[in-house]
Amino acid sequence: MPLNEKTGEFTPKIVAFCCNWCSYAGADLAGSSRLAYPAEVKIIRVPCSCRVNPMFILRAFEKGADGVILCGCHPGDCHYSTGNYYARRRMTLLFSMLDYIGVEKGRTRVEWVSAAEGVKFSTTMNEFAAKIHELGPNVRLEDLRCKN
Amino acid sequence: MQRIGVFVCHCGSNIAATVDVKKVVEMAAREPGVVHAEDYQYMCSEAGQAKIAAAIAEKKLTGIVVCSCSPRMHEATFRKCAERAGLNPYMVEIANIREHCSWIHKNMEEATEKAVILARAAIAKVNLNAPLKPGESRVTKRALVIGGGIAGIQSALDIADAGYEVDIVEKTPSIGGRMAQLDKTFPTLDCSACILTPKMVEAAAHEKINIYTYSEVEKISGFVGDFTVDIRKKARSIDANKCTGCGACQEKCPSKKSLSEFNRGLNTRSAIYTPFAQAIPNVPVIDREACIKFKTGKCGICSKVCAAGAVDYEQKDEIFTEKYGAIVVATGFDTIKLDKYDEYAYNQSKDVITSLELERVMNAAGPTKGHLERLSDGKHPEHIVFVQCVGSRCSDERGKPYCSKICCMYTAKHAMLIRDKYPDVKVTVFYIDVRTPGKNFDEFYRRAVEEYGVNYIKGQVGKVAPQPDGSLLVQASDLLDNKQIKMKADMVVLATAIEPDPSVRPLATMLTASIDTNNFLTEAHPKLRPVESPTAGIFLSGVCQGPKDIPETVAQAGAAAVKAIGLLAKDKLTTNPCTAKADELLCNGCSTCANVCPYGAISYEVKLINDHGVREDRRIAVVNNALCQGCGACTVACPSGAMDLQGFSNRQIIAEVDAICR
Amino acid sequence: MSNVSKIEKQAALIREISGVNPYKCMKCGKCSATCPAFDEMDIKPHQFVSYVQEGNIAALAESKSLWKCLSCFACVERCPRDVKPAKLIDAARQIVEREKGGDYLMADEIPTLLDPELPQQLLVSAFRRYRR
Repeated sequence: MPLNEKTGEFTPKIVAFCCNWCSYAGADLAGSSRLAYPAEVKIIRVPCSCRVNPMFILRAFEKGADGVILCGCHPGDCHYSTGNYYARRRMTLLFSMLDYIGVEKGRTRVEWVSAAEGVKFSTTMNEFAAKIHELGPNVRLEDLRCKN
Repeated sequence: MQRIGVFVCHCGSNIAATVDVKKVVEMAAREPGVVHAEDYQYMCSEAGQAKIAAAIAEKKLTGIVVCSCSPRMHEATFRKCAERAGLNPYMVEIANIREHCSWIHKNMEEATEKAVILARAAIAKVNLNAPLKPGESRVTKRALVIGGGIAGIQSALDIADAGYEVDIVEKTPSIGGRMAQLDKTFPTLDCSACILTPKMVEAAAHEKINIYTYSEVEKISGFVGDFTVDIRKKARSIDANKCTGCGACQEKCPSKKSLSEFNRGLNTRSAIYTPFAQAIPNVPVIDREACIKFKTGKCGICSKVCAAGAVDYEQKDEIFTEKYGAIVVATGFDTIKLDKYDEYAYNQSKDVITSLELERVMNAAGPTKGHLERLSDGKHPEHIVFVQCVGSRCSDERGKPYCSKICCMYTAKHAMLIRDKYPDVKVTVFYIDVRTPGKNFDEFYRRAVEEYGVNYIKGQVGKVAPQPDGSLLVQASDLLDNKQIKMKADMVVLATAIEPDPSVRPLATMLTASIDTNNFLTEAHPKLRPVESPTAGIFLSGVCQGPKDIPETVAQAGAAAVKAIGLLAKDKLTTNPCTAKADELLCNGCSTCANVCPYGAISYEVKLINDHGVREDRRIAVVNNALCQGCGACTVACPSGAMDLQGFSNRQIIAEVDAICR
Repeated sequence: MSNVSKIEKQAALIREISGVNPYKCMKCGKCSATCPAFDEMDIKPHQFVSYVQEGNIAALAESKSLWKCLSCFACVERCPRDVKPAKLIDAARQIVEREKGGDYLMADEIPTLLDPELPQQLLVSAFRRYRR
């Protein structure tokens, strides 16, 4: 369980997959506008939300992530015209499967954030991190064999 | 095994103030594959790049990680630097420790820890990078200018003069924009129409320029050099090819109660109308909401009086698709709504007007034919009060936090013009600061005070109260005299804040261009690339990027045009080499990938495959690199995991995930 | 306590009670333009902000304005910078009252506490502060 060595508090690991064309730029805008969100959130840049293989999300949980969020362009605004629709369908399937094996609903999320929405990016990340804090550590999917 | 160099940038204090860069260097050096790690004040500077180049040569680096600002900012810089030093540019990865770390976190320990993790993820990724070679794509030699105000017209003229086709899309029935609504311009007092209409005519007559008025951009797809844009030509209900612009229809139209948009709602127009006399094109539009024919089916007078038979009630919106190499955004501005500023009585009294409304009042073609009169009773005013900073420099939700930049100067202009034409009218200006940075600007303002006797008072107006006798009681402060002033005025003019035209927000989404919290489009670099959007091929012209006056707008429009010309002048652009690639041994030719590809970039070939000594003909997927844009949809769809995306491979992303969760 | 630190403490207390950052002021004077009690005041509403900025709380405490402010909150409503001079005045009053020992006001204590000398606006603003 990821506990802060000094404070003993739960510091979750949150992975955010961000589309290069919208939410990654939205995160940049949040940065240049100095709109804070927790440092627990780490962003991975992908060319499009449809590049995110459900395998990546499972891998993150397996390696001890406590929450995974996928951000893409608003429906209809995909840089590659239809990528976010594929992502939406794949994530719907993945999330229902996660639900089936008992992973809490709030641990995964898909959000549409445009390049113009720095504020939305920051509030989304704040909300998501708060939700993960509320849910506590991910124990169901973490592969304990990875731990010492 | 890769030999990786890690370069951590301080970005002055932007990163170093919240991230312990030495610690990042120290931690990065321990990562697998890292043989070199250093930090420097400004990695993007020549000295910083020289350090990178030197390290690549000395340590024989095969990959580098730069921990700095967003890759959207300097990835290209560092790739070029690596290329010059003999390293494949795609062996460079950026860890974004500024926008995604130092700028949003205050706690140094937390931010440093995050920066280390981000660096670690980038190192893990670059370990798996492979050298890539970009391909080429063609450039459509045609530009689109969105917005037909002075910014759009100037950009279009400059691009067209360089020999390229330009289309202007303007949503109102005529080009001209805000500048067409102005009476005179500061600081020379040129008549606005006199300097603008020749430009409008020039644009309309230019053989390389096509103007689509009463049209809107509906959909944008594609990428730099090759945008595909759907443009909706709204139904004008007039056949522009037949219309002679005689104006008979407008005269005879019985529906004359619609508020004139051009005159800011100060008077009315007919349902069939051209916004103003010099409109280009001089072809009217039927406002279907107001037209009796459209509302009741009876009337049709305009059709009867039209000798050319140009009226066409059956006309429908038309959508056409065009390809462009470059797009210039010039969507301009509007004044803010004053509904939330009750204290100025804007909604209660007709004699309280905005400065843009005063422009129409002062204009010979305006609602009062250019006579300065009170709009409530038509009386000649004796005293006019100007209020500056209405809605500008407001940190509350009622107004805008920025300075609208043009108000000080146009207020001086209005005050001066009024005193010049009507020396009997007393003019008082309430100001917080008078901001006149610009050539001949302060001299202009001083002339208003010294030669024209305009009374400038430092203080703000707190309340405007309409009086029973029809006058307005203005209550204000005089900060230099430490007094509260109550004075009677006949008219009050509000220097209303300007805001980007609301249409820019959905447009920015279509363009995937970034926009700031005030709806101004963001430039690629605030100092060095002020007319380009971070999205390649999109250029910014005029107030859509930030408040500016006419000379600045024209200058920026020219700059945006030059950038667009620079792009159009190229025959080919290098394309993103991060394309999909099928593993021939794993592919079973099932066609799943081809079904999800939005570009039709995947085809199938029968190839002789040597699968561990077994030679057989197999049907396998082949990606056309010129068509593939690198979205990666196919990689996830592929059931056998044969398809992968170069530069963002499964292994690379998983390595990043692992590094972050470690 | 040294004089300097007392001033600093009082200025900080005013900021805390009022929840206002006086440094946001851009000196436009809209507060003084709005104020219905302007003529009665010795320190004008827009000057209040600089007094708090400078930590000149003693002068504020002794001013006529402190008790002449009607707490009509017109300046709060119209201030473009969210500086809210009336809230600063209110906070200065609270400080004066706290130093006298009257720290806060509960609704049911009013009849026993009601003092004809107690300025009406303090009562009103105390209710405003503690109405929840």
